[in-house]
Amino acid sequence: MPLDLEYYLVLSALLFTIGVIGVLIRRNAIIIFMCIELMLNAANLAFVAISRSLGQVEGQLFVFFVMAVAAAEVAIGLAIIVSVFKHRETINVDEVNSLKG
Amino acid sequence: MSKELIIVLLISPLVGFLINGLFGKWLKGNEKLSGGIGALAVLVSLICSIIAFVSVDRGNTLEGEAGIVYSWISDYVSIGFHVDALTTVMLLVITGVGFLIHVYSIGYMHGDEGYTRYFAYLNLFVFAMLILVLGNNYLMMFVGWEGVGLCSYLLIGFWYEKQSATDAGKKAFIVNRIGDFGFLLGMFTLFAAFGTLDFGPIFENAQADNFEKIFGVSTLAVATLLLFVGAIGKSAQIPLYVWLPDAMEGPTPVSALIHAATMVTAGVYMIARSAVLYNLAHTGHIVAWIGVLTAFFAATIAIKQNDIKRILAYSTVSQLGYMFVGVGVGAYASGIFHLVTHAFFKGLMFLTAGSVMHAMANELDMRKMGGLRNKMPITHITFLVGALAIAGAPFLSGFWSKDEILHSAWGSSSEIWGGQVIYIIGLITAFLTAFYMFRLIFVTFYGKSRVEPEVESHLHESPAVMWVPLALLAIPSAIIGLLLGVGGHDSWFHHFTEKVAGFKVEHGDALGSAIPFMIISSIVGILGIVFAWRRYKDRVPSAEPTNALQKLVANKYYIDEIYNTFIVQPIKNASHFLLWKLFDSGIIDGIVNGVAALVRFIGSLLRRLQTGLVQVYIVSMVIGIVLFLAYYLFFAN
Repeated sequence: MPLDLEYYLVLSALLFTIGVIGVLIRRNAIIIFMCIELMLNAANLAFVAISRSLGQVEGQLFVFFVMAVAAAEVAIGLAIIVSVFKHRETINVDEVNSLKG
Repeated sequence: MSKELIIVLLISPLVGFLINGLFGKWLKGNEKLSGGIGALAVLVSLICSIIAFVSVDRGNTLEGEAGIVYSWISDYVSIGFHVDALTTVMLLVITGVGFLIHVYSIGYMHGDEGYTRYFAYLNLFVFAMLILVLGNNYLMMFVGWEGVGLCSYLLIGFWYEKQSATDAGKKAFIVNRIGDFGFLLGMFTLFAAFGTLDFGPIFENAQADNFEKIFGVSTLAVATLLLFVGAIGKSAQIPLYVWLPDAMEGPTPVSALIHAATMVTAGVYMIARSAVLYNLAHTGHIVAWIGVLTAFFAATIAIKQNDIKRILAYSTVSQLGYMFVGVGVGAYASGIFHLVTHAFFKGLMFLTAGSVMHAMANELDMRKMGGLRNKMPITHITFLVGALAIAGAPFLSGFWSKDEILHSAWGSSSEIWGGQVIYIIGLITAFLTAFYMFRLIFVTFYGKSRVEPEVESHLHESPAVMWVPLALLAIPSAIIGLLLGVGGHDSWFHHFTEKVAGFKVEHGDALGSAIPFMIISSIVGILGIVFAWRRYKDRVPSAEPTNALQKLVANKYYIDEIYNTFIVQPIKNASHFLLWKLFDSGIIDGIVNGVAALVRFIGSLLRRLQTGLVQVYIVSMVIGIVLFLAYYLFFAN
């Protein structure tokens, strides 16, 4: 028996909220990064669920795009984090504030 | 006479200026070539002037439509020439004296750093002066007027390494500026009244005096007086004469050409040219009174000076005063006649002073001279000719021209307020003139030598390129009065110029015979010479003035100091505190700096948002998104 659409959307909203909170309150760059991935995948889940519910395929298509972007983001984001660590020997974002006005 | 002739006449010095001015760098090594080009340019003008003169003498003038080259400011002002007897007389003086002074300068400026620059300026000056006298309207006259002012400034400050020379140049320029402002206002008044600046229409329409009055004074009187302010500045009359004595900082030939023979007489020329207006406006008595007061005042100063060139400068101011008396009392031909004779004898005296300076290693203080006549016979003789001419020795030039002016002043008493008083002051001035000139001669050329031995060892007569122009100037200085002026108001010169607009003024028979006046003038002149002889034949002027009056005169009545205290310093202070400190530093800089300070202040508040912490940015972004969403969800409809 297929579950109702609401369950999927509530799960998606929960995941997204956890992501946002993680981004806002954690100081470790890697964790922040993982939280961003979590937000992306929450969105993916919503896409897929609504696609299935409406019987249309476009939502699933979008998911592929999001995954491709996320993959590229991972490559660049991790590279940035690595080079920040090389320079500062820390990945605590509070200590990376050279752009303070 | 054709326009082409006048164009060649006018352009030739300009070409000389361009060659010396643009290619001076390559001409520098070759002084003869550079100076030769300068002199040749003026020689061409001189030849054209002679042709024009002969042509005018035959009754063939260039006036009105025929002289117009092209329309400049449509319907109002044209570029054109006005060549009549007055113009050709001026042309001959400018190019004739000018040519001799160019030749003299070839020798005088020998070895100077700025040799080509000097000739470039001198040619430019001749060009501007020619524009001034050739123009057929007040605007062209003004262009020339400013041009000669510029060249005067450039040449006074020619040796710009000397602080005193640059100061004198600036003083001349600024004082002239005051006069030029009057000239400009005069032009505006004429334009407002006549709608044009061309001589022809103005002189024609001026007859019908139905213009609106300005503050209850007739328009013509306002215009002529404003133009006269210009003449006061340019021709160094009271109260604007102060620049001319200082102008002696320039090279001596410049003093001869610009500050004695030509430029300073521009004011006299302007009034003679505007004779129609001055006759109608009846402003001549102001001109005459300013003139005679200047003549007297400057002559008294000249008595106590010891610097040769300064004596000559004050003498020039004084003689210009005479010219203004002439044109003021309506004897325009006499005023211009004195201008001509003065150009020759004063030019001559300046050049001889230059010759003395040349020999004396630039010494100007005559107390350090004495007995020069043995070493420099030609200079001595030529100077003597000039001095006799200016002193009014019988039958020399100054005798004729000065006497005509004094005679006219006496005879004009029916029209001019206090004409006879003017005559008497003029006569006293004539005595003073003879006195100070011969004081100069006796102290410089006679008596025992007081020359320092080192200078004396190479004291010498000037080279031929310098003394030949002296001799050539001495001849007309002596005889030109006799050639042109015999017969007073019935002389050749008067007949020649009588066709000039406004020149012929009916004095009736009020003038009477000139012979008693001539006798009185001669006696006065000779008395002056005798007094100078008795006092200075073997005496050196004392270094220190002995009583209060002498001190006052020796210090030139403290006029420079008075101007400095009451005009220059207040203006300087006002400029310093009001214009600079208050307006420029305070208001203008205040606005500019204020805008910058405001931006910086706002920036200092806004920069606090820029914490550098990524998460602060994200929080603000999230809050923004939440607010947007809330708005669309709950309030949009």
